[in-house]
Amino acid sequence: MPVHRLVEGFTRGEKPEGPEGNVVTQSTMSQSTPGASGLDPQQPVIEIDHVTKSFGEFVAVDDAHFSIGQGEFFSMLGPSGCGKTTTLRMIAGFEQPTSGAIRLDGVDVSRVPPNKRDVNTVFQQYALFPHMNVYDNVAFGPRSRKATKDEIARRVPELLDIVRLGDFAARRPAQLSGGQQQRVALARALVNLPKALLLDEPLGALDLKLRHAMQFELKRIQREVGITFVYVTHDQEEALTMSDRIAVMSEGKVEQIGTPTEIYDSPASVFVAGFIGQANLWPASVTGRSGATADITALGASLKGRCQSENLRPGTDAVLMVRPERITISTNHPGPTTQGVRGTVVDLTFQGPIVRLVLHAGDDTPIIANIDPDHDLPMLRPGDTVWAAWDATAASVLPASPDQPLTATDVVDEG
Amino acid sequence: MTTTSAPVRSRRFSKKEEDDSGVHPRRWFTPYLLIAPGALWLLVFFIIPLFSLGRLSLENGGLSNFSTVISDNSTVIVRTFVYATIATVAAIIIGYPLAYVIATKGGRFKNLLLALVVLPFFVTYLVRTLSWKILLYDGGPVVSILHSVGILSDNQGILGSPFAVVAALTYNFLPFMVLPIYVSIEKMDRRLLEAAADLYSSPARAFRRVTLPLSLPGLFAGTLLTFIPAAGDFVNSELLGSERTVMIGNIIEKNFGKEFFRPELSALSFMLMAIILIGVIVYARILGTEELA
Ligand SMILES: Nc1ncnc2c1ncn2[C@@H]1O[C@H](COP(=O)(O)OP(=O)(O)O)[C@@H](O)[C@H]1O
Ligand SMILES: [Mg+2]
Repeated sequence: MPVHRLVEGFTRGEKPEGPEGNVVTQSTMSQSTPGASGLDPQQPVIEIDHVTKSFGEFVAVDDAHFSIGQGEFFSMLGPSGCGKTTTLRMIAGFEQPTSGAIRLDGVDVSRVPPNKRDVNTVFQQYALFPHMNVYDNVAFGPRSRKATKDEIARRVPELLDIVRLGDFAARRPAQLSGGQQQRVALARALVNLPKALLLDEPLGALDLKLRHAMQFELKRIQREVGITFVYVTHDQEEALTMSDRIAVMSEGKVEQIGTPTEIYDSPASVFVAGFIGQANLWPASVTGRSGATADITALGASLKGRCQSENLRPGTDAVLMVRPERITISTNHPGPTTQGVRGTVVDLTFQGPIVRLVLHAGDDTPIIANIDPDHDLPMLRPGDTVWAAWDATAASVLPASPDQPLTATDVVDEG
Repeated sequence: MTTTSAPVRSRRFSKKEEDDSGVHPRRWFTPYLLIAPGALWLLVFFIIPLFSLGRLSLENGGLSNFSTVISDNSTVIVRTFVYATIATVAAIIIGYPLAYVIATKGGRFKNLLLALVVLPFFVTYLVRTLSWKILLYDGGPVVSILHSVGILSDNQGILGSPFAVVAALTYNFLPFMVLPIYVSIEKMDRRLLEAAADLYSSPARAFRRVTLPLSLPGLFAGTLLTFIPAAGDFVNSELLGSERTVMIGNIIEKNFGKEFFRPELSALSFMLMAIILIGVIVYARILGTEELA
């Protein structure tokens, strides 16, 4: 049984090997392939091939198309109701795609029932079997697969050790804390060494402190077992800290797929820019285009920005995005190599590690800048006129979006 | 936090403040006060009659009353136990799938379907059972059909047979089986079945390992609620049976009215109680339900 073979590798702390024997770890996924985001990973475990899911008239997932690589920590991120759970449930087999195909290791499993798919789920509320103790919960999968008694007696305690629940084997789920239940759910799924582990907001029910500790735990465990994790969350901070790659979803559509850095630094749409972190979003119009750079007018000035979209040709409306922390403030003209506009100080707020500065540009458009309080600045007061400047690489020119209001989005960081 | 800990801390230092704080130790007799009405009810209407019945059963011969009663009525005692067991098993066989389907597939018709299960209870027990007599009498619809199909030969009827009694017992107590099973399946988290499927279980295995164990408390309750009244019943045998189907209840009912306070009858009643009690204990052991065993 291949599972058995994997377990032995598992015991020695090795990662399962791919067909060519080269182990693809998360670090090679995220760092050795910069800019290759969204492209298919070289060893896809899961392929979502133009998958659409409708409930009656309502389209919950709209033409999702991406693959997830061996050993990858892949997150699906988006606001509540955007179709993350539905996508995960289609991978698990609880829902069937209305159209398109889902492949596991190259095999189309779209119509295969969940019990015949080699993926396991960590459910949102854990769904532990209340009438079984921790040991029997974890042994449930191996017993279903008719693993031998020896195998079960070896693997189950092993997994309980990995999730640090060795002393709790005889307890019922009701006798465990939320965090412990969460780890039982994890062990129960991982003991089967599935091709991929599907996690639906697994930390959502935990309090903040425990959630941070468990984020760390999950990363450790994933590194230890080397199994592909598909992780659903609406918490952007969680996705940014844990993932190798993130798929940002909105209203059933995948807006962008990329590494956390790519998503943060080069959002592909106004939605992504606004959903992840804080962003200044200013109306702009394109005046020229050369490769990945666009010339624009915005805030009453002629500016430049990085531009990925093919559709942004001279004459089209666009949105200029700059992160507040990439803006520097000076009293003099910043010089020809940086981008800058003049603005009037409207408000200054001390926020601990940063000072949040609100300026108004010449046309009264607000500019938000997060600046270092130690920064060598003259005392600023409302009414002062200063230069706000940023590097051209910090500016992204995005397609204008009719349904995305253009205010400086302030995503409150719950962390 | 601070608001609750403050009076606790002050109590340790000042006896006076304790009285002012309004925090009183829970009075030890409060729970007893609360169960007093129920306990009194049980004492007056159950324990005392039971005790006097017990005393009566030992009059004029002591424990030999019991052996007399057993040897005189051994057939009836065994028959009662067998009928009640068959009726209970039949109620499980019919009631479990019924409860399961209503709970899992009922959708928005759940309540309607449950109401249909309970509907016969809007008619008195007696009338309900009498109507079976109309249904099953020798020239009636059921017997005619069975005759024409050839399941019954021409001189055979249903009324008066053990079948009629057991079937009516099953029918009469079926809702007591369906309702608790329904509740236990209905309150089960549906995602547990998804979890079982996710962990490679076929639907059949998921039922065996998850649904069935989680519905055992309901099955247990349903079994008791069916078996106990079925074992003590006399109406079904009286109305639909014959001398071939006499149950313990019939003997008690027949004779208690006429010859009041006979020790042997009290002994028989105690026998019935003992049978039921032993049955329940054995059953609880076999089932191993933590809540009840
Ligand atoms: N079984 C279903 N029937 C009808 N609508 C559904 C069903 N499941 C999900 N939906 C709808 O699909 C949308 C996406 O749901 P879901 O995938 O759960 O979102 P998320 O997990 O991102 O919060 C929601 O609007 C939800 O109401
Ligand atoms: Mg969800």
